[in-house]
Amino acid sequence: MHAFVPLLATATVVDRIVFVVAALIVLSGAFGVVLARNPVHAALMLVMTLFGVAVLFVEQEANFLAAVQVIVYAGAIVVLFLFVIMFLGVDREENLGEEPLRIQRPLAVGLIVLGLAGIITLGALGHWAVGARSVAGAAQNQSGGDVAALGRSVFTTYLFPFEITAALLVIAVVGAVVLARRPHGAALAEEDEADESADAETDLGLGTDAPVTAATGEETR
Amino acid sequence: MIHAAYLMPLLPLAGFVVLAVFGRRIGDPLAGWLGTATVAASFVVACITYAGLLDRPGRHFVQTLYTWIPVGGFQVKAGLLIDPLSMTMALFVTGVSTLIHLYSIGYMKGDQDYSKFFLYLNLFVASMLLLVLGSNLLFTFVGWEGVGVCSYWLIAFWFGRPSAASAGKKAFLYNRIADVGFLVAVFLVFERTGTIEYSGIFSHIGAIDPASRTAICLLLFAAAAGKSAQLPLFPWLADAMEGPTPVSALIHAATMVTAGVYLMCRINPLLGLSHTAQLVVASIGVATAFIAATIGCAQQDIKKVLAYSTVSQLGYMFLAVGTGAYEAAIFLMVAHAFFKALLFLGAGSVIHGLDNEQDLKRMGNLRRYMPLTTVTFVVGWLAIAGIPPLAGFWAKGDVLDNAFARFPVLWAFGLATAALTAYYMTRLSALAFWGDDRWREVLQAGPARHATGGHSPEPDHGADVGTGAHGGHGGLPHEAPWVMALPLVVLAILSFVGGLLNLPWHPSWAPLRWLGPVFGARLYDAHQSGATQWVLGVVDAAVAVLGLAVAFPLWTRRPERPALEPAVLQRSWYLDDIYDALIGRPGQAMAAFTATVVENRVIDGAVNGVGRLARLAGTGLRRVQTGYVRQYALGIVVGAVVLLAFMASRAWS
Amino acid sequence: MSVPGQWYLALAAVVFAIGALGLLVRRNVLVMFMCIELMLNAANLSFVTFSRMLNDIGGQALVFFVLVVAAAEVVVGLGIVVAIFRRRRNATADDLHLLKG
Repeated sequence: MHAFVPLLATATVVDRIVFVVAALIVLSGAFGVVLARNPVHAALMLVMTLFGVAVLFVEQEANFLAAVQVIVYAGAIVVLFLFVIMFLGVDREENLGEEPLRIQRPLAVGLIVLGLAGIITLGALGHWAVGARSVAGAAQNQSGGDVAALGRSVFTTYLFPFEITAALLVIAVVGAVVLARRPHGAALAEEDEADESADAETDLGLGTDAPVTAATGEETR
Repeated sequence: MIHAAYLMPLLPLAGFVVLAVFGRRIGDPLAGWLGTATVAASFVVACITYAGLLDRPGRHFVQTLYTWIPVGGFQVKAGLLIDPLSMTMALFVTGVSTLIHLYSIGYMKGDQDYSKFFLYLNLFVASMLLLVLGSNLLFTFVGWEGVGVCSYWLIAFWFGRPSAASAGKKAFLYNRIADVGFLVAVFLVFERTGTIEYSGIFSHIGAIDPASRTAICLLLFAAAAGKSAQLPLFPWLADAMEGPTPVSALIHAATMVTAGVYLMCRINPLLGLSHTAQLVVASIGVATAFIAATIGCAQQDIKKVLAYSTVSQLGYMFLAVGTGAYEAAIFLMVAHAFFKALLFLGAGSVIHGLDNEQDLKRMGNLRRYMPLTTVTFVVGWLAIAGIPPLAGFWAKGDVLDNAFARFPVLWAFGLATAALTAYYMTRLSALAFWGDDRWREVLQAGPARHATGGHSPEPDHGADVGTGAHGGHGGLPHEAPWVMALPLVVLAILSFVGGLLNLPWHPSWAPLRWLGPVFGARLYDAHQSGATQWVLGVVDAAVAVLGLAVAFPLWTRRPERPALEPAVLQRSWYLDDIYDALIGRPGQAMAAFTATVVENRVIDGAVNGVGRLARLAGTGLRRVQTGYVRQYALGIVVGAVVLLAFMASRAWS
Repeated sequence: MSVPGQWYLALAAVVFAIGALGLLVRRNVLVMFMCIELMLNAANLSFVTFSRMLNDIGGQALVFFVLVVAAAEVVVGLGIVVAIFRRRRNATADDLHLLKG
């Protein structure tokens, strides 16, 4: 990194341009997620946002995190989203025009604007960042770069959270498998017939409720 | 000898306990003899104590049994005060009680609650003795309440009869209302002097300011008015005749009703200093005497006549107390005990003899069939009418003489009342013992006699009422057995010679002279000349003879004289109706109002309202739970924004 | 110096707000989930910014963990979504109102 130091003076303008572009990408992606009618479109807009955020990470010299962001978030999580969208067939477009809960939208918009104003105000009044410096160790200009710094902190200072999080991941996977499992003794054909018969408000399709007989293929409710 | 004083109330109390536990097993008539024995023994002890008191210098003795209430500045002892006044009371209470107990052995024979009667009577005597012997106001009050409750039990002895039960309640309520006066007086006395012992109060009498003195006297007089049936609290005594006749004789003639007079005599140091109170007491006394006498002229039930007569004579006693002539009051009390008890027991003998007939209009000519009763009754009649030389003449004369000297207006009323007394007593005797055999018609009518209402015959000692199933006497009036006759004779003798207790010229041997020291300077002595006394005495005798002479021919000839028995007198000046309208109905209305409105709407409403409020709150709050996750998220955002705003405002300032 | 940290924080705040708004307004469950991811990303961005401004590696470590936990959360959440919405195609978040009081 030392070789690039002289360039930092001029890097400012470039930095700002990069920032603005990345910010635009992030914002448009965010708006896209919120405003897209098709959930698949929303997922793709999310990917765009994630990329923008990754660029901003790099900008702040958190290169490792940027990489992880792209690989895990954009690569795994969004893909998972898309899997579920396709699996459940919930790619029907949502009618954004109607809103059954009438008070929801105006109140939401008002509150969010208020909240945003509040956050910005608080930040400005609080001089943005007034904490103690380098409590867990320095971040910049470390030997081995940010990867090494991160690794050192994770494996020494934050070892326990690291292990716990690993356990959490395992549990989450097991839980997801259990949750998403099909109910006992059901044939694959049951899915198609169940789709036709599902109509009642209370028919939530919770797999652990009444078992399905293969013959009728219909839920006895 | 005087130290045996505590036995006086103790013996009847022991009798009460024994009869309460073993009474039913002992049965008729042994329970009666046991009861009589304890009271007779108490009388003996009273005599012994009396002798012991005569020996003592100062004639004053306080026997402290134990400290009853030791509470810091308020020390109350359970003590007996033995002085001439209390001993006089104790002697005649126990004496007359013994005679009446004896009488009751015969009278209550066959009653299914025989032993219960005697245990109540014993408890009554014990309470009465506590009342008169108590050395402080509170101990007296214990006896006061004790006699009240025994009176209630005994009036309502045949409680199966609704009229008896409500009569008992009526008596108790009137007494209770009066007792408020007693208690407030005790509070006031304690507040002013710091003690409630009689000796303590009277030695600190200077600490009581005049207004309080009058107040205390009037409050205690209010209590006495209730207990001794004075205006306006006398209606209960007439209804109290629902009880068995011995009860009427003992409690409502001789002893309990005199407790009020005793109390006023006991507080004579206070009373002597308050002329207002004295005037009030005397006025109410004589007013009661007059009004009760008028009512007595129109009553048909033999016991009711005697009841109003009692009220009237008690009025005389209060007249004497108000005048300051305490000795005269006690004199009349003792003499009245003799002849009133005699009259009641005689009436009981008549009722017993006629198989529970109490209506005067259905008696007549009994002198032929019940000679002993007639003779003794005549003695009593003449005594109460005030015919010399029987006891009543001297006693009433004593009262009236002093009244004449001090309150002439009241004396005039008293004299008029004396005439009325002679009149109605003569009417009573004439209707019962002279005239035609009106009871024969009743006998011939048989069980149909029950069809007429108006009077309340005493139930046939537990057996069937009205069928005369009483040992089968063949229906003719019969004389009393010896247990009932003996007390009549004794009391007749006492009524005859009772005048010797306190003759007007105050001979030194007159027994009641010994009361002097108790009253000291407060005793009013008219110091009338011998001539004045003679004139007054002649006037008294003339008035009595006049009343007798007017009534006797009137009522022996013809029993039905509606003109002389107007409704206003028969209904006791509508006093009962007035009380009912002024107090009874509003009271019931208030109770009904409380039960329906206050109970149901206010109290239940408040309680139910709390429940309803909880439910309403729940219903209201329930609307927050819409089930929509998005709205819950909105709620979270609301909270977060509020928090942010708060923090921002804090950071701003 | 490079871009002032305030700009990053402001951007993160705006993205967070947009994500929150989307969560409240959209009815499709999966889109709501994506809005949650938006909010998490905004938080991550602000953490990294703080890490730079305060020269503290703790911020980045925290982002690391947030990332992992977000992944776990998405896995479980989508598992639930699958379990609930397996039967119905048009289900929205509003249809899950059985806990209505």
